[in-house]
Amino acid sequence: MDFLQRLTVGEWTAWVVVVALNAYVIFAGADFGGGVWDLLAWGPRKQQQRELVAHAIGPIWEANHVWLIVVVVVLFVCFPPAFAAFGTVLHLPLSLMLIGIVLRGSAFVFRAYSYGPRSEQRRWGQVFAISSLVTPIVLGMCVGAVASGRVGNALADVGHGAAGVLPSLLDATPPAQMSFAAIYVAPWISPFTLAVGALTLALFSFLAATYLTIEATGQHELQEDFRRKAIGAAVVSMVVAAIALALGASSGGVLARLVGVGWSFPLLAISGMFAIAAVVALMKRRYQLARVAAGAWVTLVLWGWVMAQFPYIIPPSLTIDAAAAPRRVLVETLAVLGAGAVVLVPSLWYLIRVFKTRR
Amino acid sequence: MPDLLAARSQMAMSLAFHIIFSVIGIGLPLLMVIAEWRWMRTGDATYLDLAKRWSKGAAILFAVGAVSGTVLSFELGLLWPNFMRFAGPIIGMPFSLEGFAFFTEAIFLGIYLYGWDRISRGAHLFSGIVVALSGVLSGIFVVMANAWMNSPTGFDLVGGKAVDVRPFAAMANAAAFSQTLHMTLAAYAATGLGVAGVHAIMILRGNTAKFHRYALAIAVAVGAPASLLQPVSGDISARYVAQAQPVKLAAMEAHFTTQRGAPLHVGGWPDEEKRETRWAIRIPYGLSLLAFRDPDAEVRGLSDVPRDEWPPVAIVHVAFQIMVALGTCMALVSVLALWRWWRGHGSDALTTSRLLLRGLALATPMGFIAIEAGWTVTEVGRQPWIVYGILRTADAVTPMPGLVVPFLVFTLLYVLLGVIVVYMLRQHIVRAPREDAGQ
Repeated sequence: MDFLQRLTVGEWTAWVVVVALNAYVIFAGADFGGGVWDLLAWGPRKQQQRELVAHAIGPIWEANHVWLIVVVVVLFVCFPPAFAAFGTVLHLPLSLMLIGIVLRGSAFVFRAYSYGPRSEQRRWGQVFAISSLVTPIVLGMCVGAVASGRVGNALADVGHGAAGVLPSLLDATPPAQMSFAAIYVAPWISPFTLAVGALTLALFSFLAATYLTIEATGQHELQEDFRRKAIGAAVVSMVVAAIALALGASSGGVLARLVGVGWSFPLLAISGMFAIAAVVALMKRRYQLARVAAGAWVTLVLWGWVMAQFPYIIPPSLTIDAAAAPRRVLVETLAVLGAGAVVLVPSLWYLIRVFKTRR
Repeated sequence: MPDLLAARSQMAMSLAFHIIFSVIGIGLPLLMVIAEWRWMRTGDATYLDLAKRWSKGAAILFAVGAVSGTVLSFELGLLWPNFMRFAGPIIGMPFSLEGFAFFTEAIFLGIYLYGWDRISRGAHLFSGIVVALSGVLSGIFVVMANAWMNSPTGFDLVGGKAVDVRPFAAMANAAAFSQTLHMTLAAYAATGLGVAGVHAIMILRGNTAKFHRYALAIAVAVGAPASLLQPVSGDISARYVAQAQPVKLAAMEAHFTTQRGAPLHVGGWPDEEKRETRWAIRIPYGLSLLAFRDPDAEVRGLSDVPRDEWPPVAIVHVAFQIMVALGTCMALVSVLALWRWWRGHGSDALTTSRLLLRGLALATPMGFIAIEAGWTVTEVGRQPWIVYGILRTADAVTPMPGLVVPFLVFTLLYVLLGVIVVYMLRQHIVRAPREDAGQ
C-alpha cells in the first residue's frame, strides 16, 4: 500500500472526485439507462416496462443527479485550471450534455405530473427517452476526449497549459492560428471517443436493466423481459469495451497504459471477471448477486481509466498536483466534504430504505 | 453580436430563468409544510389536499430549477473559464456547502413527494421541514458566493494571482449578510404574495371553496411579513453598497456629481453623455440621508471614476426604480392584508375585502419582477467588473468564438420550458376543487 502513502493532498482530493463520479455513474447512470429502456420498450408488456422504469426512478433521480453537481463543484474549487480547460475545449459537447440533462429531467416531471391527454404524456415520454439516450453518449465522449490526451494536446497547441505551466490570471489567451474545428471539435470526435460514448450508453443501459430485474420482483414476465435486456446489454457492453480498449491501446500515449504496466490493466481484467459474473448471475436468476457484480464491473471500468491516466488530470502533461488549488483550500474542502457526508450518508440510506426495500 | 455580450446575455438569461425556480423552491416548501402541519393539527382534509397540490407544483418547479442550476454550474466554466481559474478556490466553500444543502433537499423532496403512504405522518412532516430548510440554506450559500464577487476578500493579490487563500474568510465577506438577508426575504415575499395572488384571483372569480381560503391565508402569512421586512433589509443593503461600492450606488441613484447634501432621484432618465438625470423627482438631501443617515454627507458621483469603470447607468437606475416601486406596492398590500387579518379577528377577513383581493391579485407577479430587477441592479451595477475592482468581465470570458449560437440555443430551450411550465401549472390550478368536497 505504499501507493496510498505516496498520494499528495491534491491526489486524495482527485480521488474524492472519482468517487463522486463513480456514484453518479452507478446511480444516475442507471436512471439514464432507464430512459433508454423506455425508448426501447417493446412487446406485449411495453406499457408495464415503461411504468416500471418511471416507478423505479421517480423518487430518486434528483438525488442521484446531485452527484454530478458534487463532481463539478469539487473540480472547480480544487482543480480550477482543469475545470477552465474542460469548459473551454469541451464547450460544445458539455453544452449538448446540459441540453440533454435539462430535457431529460423536465420531460420526466412533465410526464409524471401531466393532466393532459395521453398523447401529450407520450410526447414527454419520447423527449425523456431520447435525451436519456443522447446524454450518456456525449458524457462518454467527453471522458474519451480527456483520456485520449486530445484535450490536453489542444490546450498545448493554443499555448494554454503546456507542460503543466499555467498562465496567470490576467493573460487572456488568444488562440493561435488554429481553426475552430481543431480546438473545439476535433478533441472530442474520434473513433476512440465514439467508442467510449457507446460504451457509456451500453453500460448505463446494462445497469438499469439489471436493477430493474429486482424492481420487477413479483412480476415474473416483466422480470424476464429485463433479464433478457440485461444480458443483451452486457454482451453489447463487452464487445464495445473490447473495441474501445483496442482503439485506446493502439493509439499510444496515456491510453497505452490501459494494457501496459501499472494498476490499470489488472483493474480492467478484474472488471472483466465481474462482467462474466454478472451475466452468469442473470442467467441463473440470482438478481441480487447480479446487481452487485454489475456495479463492481462498471466501477472497475471507471477506475481502470482513472489509473491509466494517473497522476494526470488532463493528459498528456497537466498533473493533478499542478492543477490543484492551494493546500489550505484542499484541506478545508475535504473537511467540509467529510462533515457533509455525516448528514448525507444517513439521508441517502433513509431514501433507499424507504423506496428500495421490499415491503 | 460580440462574444462578450453573447456570453453575458447567456449568463443573464440563465440566471434570470433559474432564479424564478429557486425562489419558488425556497418559498413553496414552507407553504406546503404549514398546510401539512395544519392538517395534522386540525384534521381538516382540505389542508392535506392543499399540501399535496402544492407539493406537485413544487415537484415540477424543483426539477426545472435543479436542471437549470446544473446548467449554471457548468456555465461558470463554459463561459467564464478565466474567472473560475482565479476565483474557484476562493469561492468554493459556499458552493461546496450548497452542494450538500441541495443534496439534502433533493433526497427529502423525493421522500416527501413519493412517501405519503410509506412513512409515518411525523416522518413525512419532518421530510418537508428538511426540504424547506435546505432550500433556504442552498439559496443563502449561493448568494454568499455572489456576494464575494461584490466584496472580494479572503486572499492576497500578488502579481495577478490569488495567494494565501482563506476560504471561510471569503465566504464571510462584507456583502454576504445584507445580500443573503435581502434575497431570502425576497424569496418568501415573492412566493407568498405570488401564491396568495393566484388564489385571490380564484376567489374573485367566485370560487370561494375552503381550499382557496386556506391557501390564501397560509400564503399571506408567509408573504406579508416578508414583504413588510423587505424595505428594512433593502435599507441595510443600500447603506452597505453606499459605503463599499460607491459607483454602483451612484448608478442606482443616477447620481453624476459628487456633492454634499445629495438629493434622491425618484424615476427619471440618466443621460450618460450629458452627465445629468432628466425628468426625475428630486427629494432634497434624500440620498445623503438614506445612504449615510446625515443630510450633509458627501455622496460620490459617477464623474469621480473613469468613464470605462461606469456600469450602464440607465439600466441600473431604471431596474432599481422598478425594484423599489414594486417592493413598496407589495409592502402596502401586505399592510392592508395584515391589518384586516388582525382587525377581522381571523384569516377569513382576508376574503371579504374585494379591495384587498384585487390588490393581492395585482401583486401576483410583482415579487418575481422585483427580484429580476434587483439582480439586474447588483449584477449590471458591478460591471465592468466580474470580481469588483480585481477582474474585468471582458478578461474572464472564454476565448471560444461564436458564442451567439449557444446563447440562442439555450434561450430557445428556456423559452420553450418556460411556456410549458406555465401551461402545466395552469392545468394544476384550474383543476383545484371548485367546491368543498363531502362536508
